[in-house]
Amino acid sequence: MAMDARPTPAIAVETLVKRYKSALAVDGISFALPAGSVTGLLGGNGAGKTTTIAMIMGLVTPTSGTVQVLGAAMPAQRYRVLHRMNFESPYVDMPMRLTVRQNLTVFAQLYAVPDVAERIATLAGELELTEFLDRPAGKLSAGQKTRVSLAKALLNRPEVLLLDEPTASLDPDTADWVRARLERYRVEAGATILLASHNMSEVERLCERVIIMKKGKVEDDDAPARLLARYGRATLEDVFLDVARGRGERREVAE
Amino acid sequence: MSNANADTGFEFSFNRTAAMVRRYWYLLISSWPRLLDLVYWPTVQMLMWGFLQLYVSQNSGYFAGAAGTFIGAVLLWDILFRGQIGFSISFLEEMWARNLGNLMMSPLRPVEFISALMIMSIVRLAIGMIPVSLLAIAFFGFNLWSLGLALVAFFINLILTSWSIGIFVAGLLLRNGMGAESMAWTIMFLFLPLTCVYYPVAVLPHWLQYVSWCLPPTYVFEGMRALLIEHVFRTDLMLAALGFNVVLFAAASFGFVKLLESARVQGSLLQAGE
Repeated sequence: MAMDARPTPAIAVETLVKRYKSALAVDGISFALPAGSVTGLLGGNGAGKTTTIAMIMGLVTPTSGTVQVLGAAMPAQRYRVLHRMNFESPYVDMPMRLTVRQNLTVFAQLYAVPDVAERIATLAGELELTEFLDRPAGKLSAGQKTRVSLAKALLNRPEVLLLDEPTASLDPDTADWVRARLERYRVEAGATILLASHNMSEVERLCERVIIMKKGKVEDDDAPARLLARYGRATLEDVFLDVARGRGERREVAE
Repeated sequence: MSNANADTGFEFSFNRTAAMVRRYWYLLISSWPRLLDLVYWPTVQMLMWGFLQLYVSQNSGYFAGAAGTFIGAVLLWDILFRGQIGFSISFLEEMWARNLGNLMMSPLRPVEFISALMIMSIVRLAIGMIPVSLLAIAFFGFNLWSLGLALVAFFINLILTSWSIGIFVAGLLLRNGMGAESMAWTIMFLFLPLTCVYYPVAVLPHWLQYVSWCLPPTYVFEGMRALLIEHVFRTDLMLAALGFNVVLFAAASFGFVKLLESARVQGSLLQAGE
């Protein structure tokens, strides 16, 4: 019998459905993300991005379908892989009264990070947090808080990194700085990154593949350049608007 | 022991539990009002009931012979009440801080989270109750510590009940979000009349006594009165309390697991701060 030589995807989503009472949040989506890839998950409000990411993280149980992360079925086998994953989102905070160092120390211990002090010092240096380490997290600016959240997300050198709006509410300069750090981490660690964002330039810059969701379904799924060609648009933002507003039939291009 | 590849939520890591205790300790020492709050209300309660008992005992032969029952009841009630509040407040801190998502996405198991909350309830209780028990000696000559092994039995039974209620309330908070916050503050007061903190069970209507005897703290407060008034330590009452506590703890843990499962199905963990 022939063996399947294809590598196991880092994230595999198969006919995933999530229904909340009468509302269908995610409607039978499927995709597989190879290890080391960076994928953008695009969609308007209520498209199902956050619910999809929550199911990948094991925070929400699917109504039907399957999610596998690093070979583990989520949420049933989540404790096999949670120490190899991490996430960053503006919708969760670090405890405000604890200093940055205290917060990172607690999370490092939770993730069983070796040489905690050294790891925190390294990350603080890379993310320019050294001067804030002993300041309460609640007294930092939005940009500084995002950097702290990013430091927490990178503490355990995750193989799978889930980012929900990583640059929301940041000024363009700080947002650009965060993107540069993410790019560097991806290159250094070979991590698989799934990025939910409304920022099209961010997606164009970081992602080699874009999944566009609308009303719980995958509306399109391809490389940014191919999407631009297929929709005959100059920017991903125009592609996104075409999909969101249901206009501009996509044009199939010959292979 | 910790095993990173294990596939069960029932695995236990002392290191992760210690991380959470460390997190709550950092929080506690960062705020002197939080520390003061632990001592303030138990002190007020003890002084109020202590002076009331002093007044009543001077005017009643029975209460003169029952010296210390009010203060003893206040202090033991505080173990029950503060034990649960200490547990629930630590849990609520995560919701107030919008940190629950970080924890739920970390390798922290529910059993480790719960264990850390239990440890913190004892730490908070110790910070509040030790000074108050010393003040009771100074003001009224009532030495809680002189109860010796009986105090240990009382404490174990009361703290087990408080943890059971705390675990169930944590499940309600996960499932229903901050809409269930008021339960954390008020649920234990249902136990105040039913567990006969300040009066014997015999005072209750006959049918209500059956309900009362199903609650573990009832045995503790009856046991305290037997010790202070009749000078008899009732082992039978303590064993009965322990039996009911085992059932209550198992039921609360089962309820927590089911509520957590339901929260995952309903997507409540995504809006845990609302």
